[in-house]
Amino acid sequence: MSEGTKEQSNKPGPQTSSRKISDYKGGKSTLCVGCGHDSVTQHLINAYFKSDISPFDVIKLSGIGCSSKTPAYFMNASHGFNSIHGRMAAVATGAKLANRNLQVIGISGDGDTASIGLGGFLHTVRRNLPMVYIVENNGVYGLTKGQFSATADPKSTLKSGERNPFVEMDLCSLAIEAGCSFVARSFSGDAKQLVPLIQAAAAHNGTAFIDVISPCITYANHEGSTKSYDYVRSHKVALQELGYISEKEPIQIDSEEGESTEVTMANGSLLRLKKLNMKEHQITDAGQTLRILREHRNDGTILTGLLHWESGQKSLIENLNLTKRPLAHLQTDDLKPQEDQFDALITQFR
Amino acid sequence: MNDNFSILIATQNGSGSQSCNQILAKAMFRSGRTVGAKNIFPSNIAGLPTWFTLRLNTNGYTSMEREYDLVVAKNADTIKEDLYKVRENGYLLYDQEITDKITDLAFGNNSIPIPYREITKSLSESIRMRKLLSNVIDLGILTAWTGLNLEIVEKTLSDHFASKKSVVDLNIQALHVGYDYAKENLLAHFINLKAPAHEFKNNDSLYIDGNSAAALGAVVGGCTFFSWYPITPATSLAESFQQYCHQLRIPNEQGQKFAQVQAEDELSAISMVIGAGWAGCRAMTSTSGPGLSLMAEAAGLSYFAEVPAVIWDVQRAGPSTGLPTRTLQGDIRAAAHLSHGDTTHIVLIPGDPKECFEMAQTAFELAEKFQTLVIVLSDLDVGMNFYATPSFQLEKTKLNRGKVLDSEDLDRLEKFARYQDTDGDGVTYRTLPGTQNAKAAYFTRGTAHNEQSGYSENNVNYKNLLDRLNLKLEKAKPQLPVALMEPKMSPSISNGGAPKTNIILVTCGGTKQIVPELQDLLLEKQVSSQHLRIRALPLDNNLQNHFADSDRIFVLEQNRDGQLREQLVLAYGEHYHKFQSILQYDGLPMSSALAAEQILNRLEL
Repeated sequence: MSEGTKEQSNKPGPQTSSRKISDYKGGKSTLCVGCGHDSVTQHLINAYFKSDISPFDVIKLSGIGCSSKTPAYFMNASHGFNSIHGRMAAVATGAKLANRNLQVIGISGDGDTASIGLGGFLHTVRRNLPMVYIVENNGVYGLTKGQFSATADPKSTLKSGERNPFVEMDLCSLAIEAGCSFVARSFSGDAKQLVPLIQAAAAHNGTAFIDVISPCITYANHEGSTKSYDYVRSHKVALQELGYISEKEPIQIDSEEGESTEVTMANGSLLRLKKLNMKEHQITDAGQTLRILREHRNDGTILTGLLHWESGQKSLIENLNLTKRPLAHLQTDDLKPQEDQFDALITQFR
Repeated sequence: MNDNFSILIATQNGSGSQSCNQILAKAMFRSGRTVGAKNIFPSNIAGLPTWFTLRLNTNGYTSMEREYDLVVAKNADTIKEDLYKVRENGYLLYDQEITDKITDLAFGNNSIPIPYREITKSLSESIRMRKLLSNVIDLGILTAWTGLNLEIVEKTLSDHFASKKSVVDLNIQALHVGYDYAKENLLAHFINLKAPAHEFKNNDSLYIDGNSAAALGAVVGGCTFFSWYPITPATSLAESFQQYCHQLRIPNEQGQKFAQVQAEDELSAISMVIGAGWAGCRAMTSTSGPGLSLMAEAAGLSYFAEVPAVIWDVQRAGPSTGLPTRTLQGDIRAAAHLSHGDTTHIVLIPGDPKECFEMAQTAFELAEKFQTLVIVLSDLDVGMNFYATPSFQLEKTKLNRGKVLDSEDLDRLEKFARYQDTDGDGVTYRTLPGTQNAKAAYFTRGTAHNEQSGYSENNVNYKNLLDRLNLKLEKAKPQLPVALMEPKMSPSISNGGAPKTNIILVTCGGTKQIVPELQDLLLEKQVSSQHLRIRALPLDNNLQNHFADSDRIFVLEQNRDGQLREQLVLAYGEHYHKFQSILQYDGLPMSSALAAEQILNRLEL
């Protein structure tokens, strides 16, 4: 299992199409050298390539901030939308409902999601819009030069030494409270964990939320920051080792005894979880997850991995009973009423 | 014989009067009478004052009067004011019980107490039910008083309660009790209306409110995505849209052919519309002033990133929360340039339900054709009150989705650049997400961009982009609903010889209701007038001749600052001294009599 998992996350899986990794490339990044976000970009490219998802079927959306620049740096063959501050989730809602065949990647930051876009984030989760929602979380507003964001931990400091007096917004806990059925936390520097998480998120039927601690090399990589590379590396506690098995691959790996479990994603693919810590934890138990998240926050450690997962939740598409054919593809004849129906309706006004 | 008769019914909201008021007005319509009806209601669910006004006029005047031939006073909280709304020689009917509570009422000559408690005794044991039925008693009394056909009222009442069959019999019984009471006790005061000048034939006309008409227009216009946040007076539009979609776009086993989302706020509502418009839906949101303010940032995104979107603003009295249930035309300025930077929007201004129906369709055509935001400015009076209107026609024309390239189109092209003006008309080609072609993808952004849609801080690129957006709007102008120089709509009263003065009356939206009567009132003072009705912004460039030929141009609008006049001054600055504002902004629909007085004062006549 562990060998298989390594294989999974380090090398491209078997490809069923002729797509090359270069088909998933984007424009050149303009972020600072060493920015965690550029690593996330790379992991996204690998994950979508490995899962063999056609870039033509993907839309990538963002709000405003450093993180929100990144959709320009991957998958140039996909339509992209860098929208306005805090409204990525709402724009994504409109786009996905307009064309249910699209696979949505939303990239946001801690400023974009935990402050100005908090309402949109929680309500999108609550409605269970099928999308991958990634927050590149570094605890600071980078593009405006390093103010605290709402996810900054209490008592962490700015570069200037200024201490944060406020409680942090824990986006994973909030997502669980809003009914999210796929909640994960990871680290931009952990390809082994993040790539299969992204692959599984893309296969989920509903909002799949991944909070990625993605250090800001310029404004939050100092001692005193709890989102620096050093701090995250030395304080992260992984729940599981993960392996993603695409529905297109033959399943060869035998089930391991004891600690390893598999969950079947909505598209038939499997996510294999080998428990590393908190071995009594059940990812389907939201209450338990909330409790262990709080415990780790209290002792300053960062719990990573797939934190919470449930299957069978109805997505917004299903709740709206949307036609299989994308709304955007409906033509005049599908949309205009029949004469007799129209006449019957307006009779009530006579 | 009377040729004009106005009724005021003063009650409390939540008392059940609304249904009876609507039944009365609709029965008048069904009888072929020209009827103007206004509901003046509070921002409250139960217990605050509400008034319903109804005007019958044989010249076809429908605007609301502020004095009444008959006042039905049932609200002890407002009766002291309501007393003074009775016109000279008019009548006051009042609930006899009010005088048990208030003893110092200054009743005029024609004040008649109605013993509702006695009258309803035979109908029900329940006090609550008798209170409700007192409204039906009024309906019976007013049916008799105005000579309305009782059978038509019965039928209208049955139709109204079609979904609550159990209450129909009792209501019809109460209607007869009220009718008979009036015949026995009030016969001497009954009126005899002259035959109306414009008779409505039921088959080719409708009695409908602007919001329902707009919702119907949106369905016919191919709207497939509707997001909204509840707000008076726009809520009924969103709710009707859903209802009509269920009735007119029958879902097959494949599912619903529309999506409606009640958003968490108006910022999200408009952002969803932009997402849906970008991905290829005809998408809209409905709101009122406070929501429009919240949508400002996204309005700029739609304009700058060139994503089709429609906002339907049912205006109410601002600023801030203002008078949430009263009408005003206060968002003209905000709508014209909603958002920061150099932003200009196409604004459509319907004047009645028929135009709401038509402009809902036009809005989507324009939004997709010019890839921009279209704001429709309705208002509470147009949106929530009912009007008799010629029936709506279902146009079978194909929806024009604008410049959208599909995969086959792209195959024929050497390259695709989203923001390259290949046709020279300012409108560039777009592709929809999901297009299965390597040339299709582009990056939409609210930041400045080059022709290939790449991020660009280049000064020349930026300026060119702003200039192209302006060119696009210039090209759009001739395709917007034209300003109408409308002929006089009612028979003229030419009793005073040749007119001494010629003026132009400029209006927009629902203000047009007052014009036929206003023109006749002015003519009585030898002032002849033409009526220019603005139906869209930016103003078209062809109004020059009208303004050049006239010395006195009165711009009538329902706001304090003369916001339509501002637009005229901006577009036709050389005539600025001719544009005079005639303003009414107390939250009530405009009054013809007041407007006539205001204009005659200005003319010193």
